[in-house]
Amino acid sequence: MSIMILTILMSMMSACSQESGSATIVAGSTSVQPYAEVLAEEYMILNSNSEIDIQGGGSSAGITAAQTQSADIGMSSRALKDEEKSLWSIEIARDGLVLIVNPKNPLENLALDQIRNIYTGIITDWSQVGGSTANIHLIAREEGSGTRSAFTELVMGEAEITPKAIVQDSNGSVMQLVAGDPNAIGFISLGLVNDEVKALHLDGIEATAENIMNDSYKLSRPFLFVTKGEPTGLTKSFIDFTLSLEGQELLSKEGLIPSREGKGN
Amino acid sequence: MKKFKENFSERVFLLLALSALSVLALITVFIFTKGIPLIAKVGVVNFIFGMKWSPSQGSYGIFPMIVGTISVTLGAAIIGIPIAICCSIFLAEFAPATLRNIFRPAIQLLAGIPSVVYGFWGVLFIVPMIRNYLGGPGLSILAGSIILAIMILPTIISITEVTILALPRHYKDGALALGLTHWQTIRHLLLPAAKSGIVAAIILGLGRAVGETMAVIMVVGNAVALPETILDPVRTMTTNIGIEMGYASGEHQQALFATGIVLFIIIMIMNATAQYITRKK
Amino acid sequence: MRIDAQTSQKIAKTLIWTAALFVIVVLFSIIIYILIKGIPMISWQFLTEIPRNMGRSGGISSSIVGTLLVTAVAVIVATPFGIGTAIYLTEYTREGRVTRIIRFSAESLAGIPSIVYGLFGFIFFVIYLKMGWSILSGGLTMAIMILPTIIRTSEEAIRTVPNLYREVGFSLGATKWQAITKTVLPSALPGIVNGVILSIGRCVAETAAVMLTAGSTLRMPISLLSPTRTMAVHFYILAREGISMENAYGTAALLIILILLINVGFNMLVNRFVSKGR
Repeated sequence: MSIMILTILMSMMSACSQESGSATIVAGSTSVQPYAEVLAEEYMILNSNSEIDIQGGGSSAGITAAQTQSADIGMSSRALKDEEKSLWSIEIARDGLVLIVNPKNPLENLALDQIRNIYTGIITDWSQVGGSTANIHLIAREEGSGTRSAFTELVMGEAEITPKAIVQDSNGSVMQLVAGDPNAIGFISLGLVNDEVKALHLDGIEATAENIMNDSYKLSRPFLFVTKGEPTGLTKSFIDFTLSLEGQELLSKEGLIPSREGKGN
Repeated sequence: MKKFKENFSERVFLLLALSALSVLALITVFIFTKGIPLIAKVGVVNFIFGMKWSPSQGSYGIFPMIVGTISVTLGAAIIGIPIAICCSIFLAEFAPATLRNIFRPAIQLLAGIPSVVYGFWGVLFIVPMIRNYLGGPGLSILAGSIILAIMILPTIISITEVTILALPRHYKDGALALGLTHWQTIRHLLLPAAKSGIVAAIILGLGRAVGETMAVIMVVGNAVALPETILDPVRTMTTNIGIEMGYASGEHQQALFATGIVLFIIIMIMNATAQYITRKK
Repeated sequence: MRIDAQTSQKIAKTLIWTAALFVIVVLFSIIIYILIKGIPMISWQFLTEIPRNMGRSGGISSSIVGTLLVTAVAVIVATPFGIGTAIYLTEYTREGRVTRIIRFSAESLAGIPSIVYGLFGFIFFVIYLKMGWSILSGGLTMAIMILPTIIRTSEEAIRTVPNLYREVGFSLGATKWQAITKTVLPSALPGIVNGVILSIGRCVAETAAVMLTAGSTLRMPISLLSPTRTMAVHFYILAREGISMENAYGTAALLIILILLINVGFNMLVNRFVSKGR
């Protein structure tokens, strides 16, 4: 009986596997994923016969997937490392990184070195940076996340994030925690900030699209699409759509900063 | 022909029966081959007793997570075991038939609720409660222990109840005839007689606590430092894998498999102990 | 000071009743909270529409289909192996080294954490067998996870079939194979079905192992090699990422309702089985 069932299963598999190859697979950074989904949804409305499949997995996994061609496009929320530079890549947008605190926290601004000292564990009390006397509850992202590596690169430099920091595996859960805890601090994508949390100014400069575009707000990172070799066919068409005026408008409506490569500016 | 068919069917069943064994072997082989190279490179002692976990810098020490797993499990044991034993005594000895008919399926239901739902519930109610009344960030050993205590209840309750019910009837009748109260009978006769079954139930329940992932990720905070109090966040071995696996590649991924090896060995020892205890009886 | 027997009995009884009530209250508070928050979200559209905008709007139809397919693959693959093992253990062999090894393996499998199954499924099905993140990888991983449950429940069910049944068969000249298929299996069927139902519940509820093996796409699966996001994983992502609490509650409520139905089905079967058997 089981052999029969296995045979049926196998034949179902092989029958089905033939059609599954037609979709363009986009995989990688979970920070880019939501925006890619929005783009893909719109693209598939405009081109009703094409299929685009968005997968998570993280920046590194996405880059590897592009290298091994298990995905047509890899998404990365960090700049490519030297050994990854052989891939073809394009910046589809920029994303601001903001430090967020609870709205009840009186603090409005932090200097870059204050942030670094908070995350290395040298500063542990809000009163040391001009807040009320209370322990700072540090929240970071997990190892391997593009958001964490961008934060490490832009803020920490050579210093390390203290192991005492709470680690969460998504932007959303960092935000939920900060929204519920008056003493918490975390970092997330600018595009995701809502009114349940307060975005801090950095060295007196507010995190806005203009300030990121004119480089006065320092914490920003590229969102990349990477492919193995020059993109062609459906892959190229999707990337072109992303960089088109329409695609870039979609992205900035979602809170991202238009790419310099795009036709949006 | 008949004889052939008979032999043939026996072969087929043996083959099917070996599936459990072969799958177990496959799991062991694949997880070990993936994880061992990293342990070999870092060194067993450095891996298990290393204090620093920082894959981006090539440090792979999981001692804080072993401590995390032990502390959360211990907490779950302290909170969960007394409740579980009381519930199984309730079921086996005190509950009126109607209540028992509600209680038993309810316990089963408790086992069926997805662990993510427990975690979510913990984030909504337990974590803020700890943060507001006890201090700290709320995500903590305590929060993990409470959620796990609830999650291990069904395992311990059902096995303990079965053990108590399986005791020979005359034990109890004799004791009651001697004028002992119901509780004295339970405490001095039934519980001691059921001891090995209860111990096995507890070990299996704690095995579940050690292995639980999703609910724990959501409530323990996942910090990789050694905790100082039960209000500090910790990371367990399972959450280390669960939280980083999605992003890991290369050596980092191997290190997560290596964490899996340690977890696997701990669970196998617990399982074997529980099986040994039950069998000895 | 010694407390007399009656007083200690009273104290113990109070404690035991409190513990039992406490557990019931906790259980119902979890279930009722999720149902109250989630049921209003469940509508025809929610069940039949594909998620839009990351699951912020639209329904969860693709997740429902994905969950059903992963569960179906798991059950279809695990059931023959589980029942076969149970038949071998009960009908074809005496207790000995072979049965000890098989039982040890099954019980060990039962204790392995789901995240370890996830690791294995990822390295074996997804990578080594090149099935990718797919319904098939997820389903096969779940099949291994539920195998011990099916073995155990089937074995128990087969053991409760009175020996008389087999002997009558043999005396009429039936072969072992005939005795098994014609009398033993049919009378053990309710017990076996219970095991399968329990396993379905486990597949529906599982998150960690499925997340690592079946992927997380929201698209409607077109084949067993398509990746999918099961309802439990969808709930986790919605709740964690804070994408849409409304849809998270809706998904959770649907999960709880499914589990409730599965449990009710299980209990109805047990009751029927018990009343029939005695």
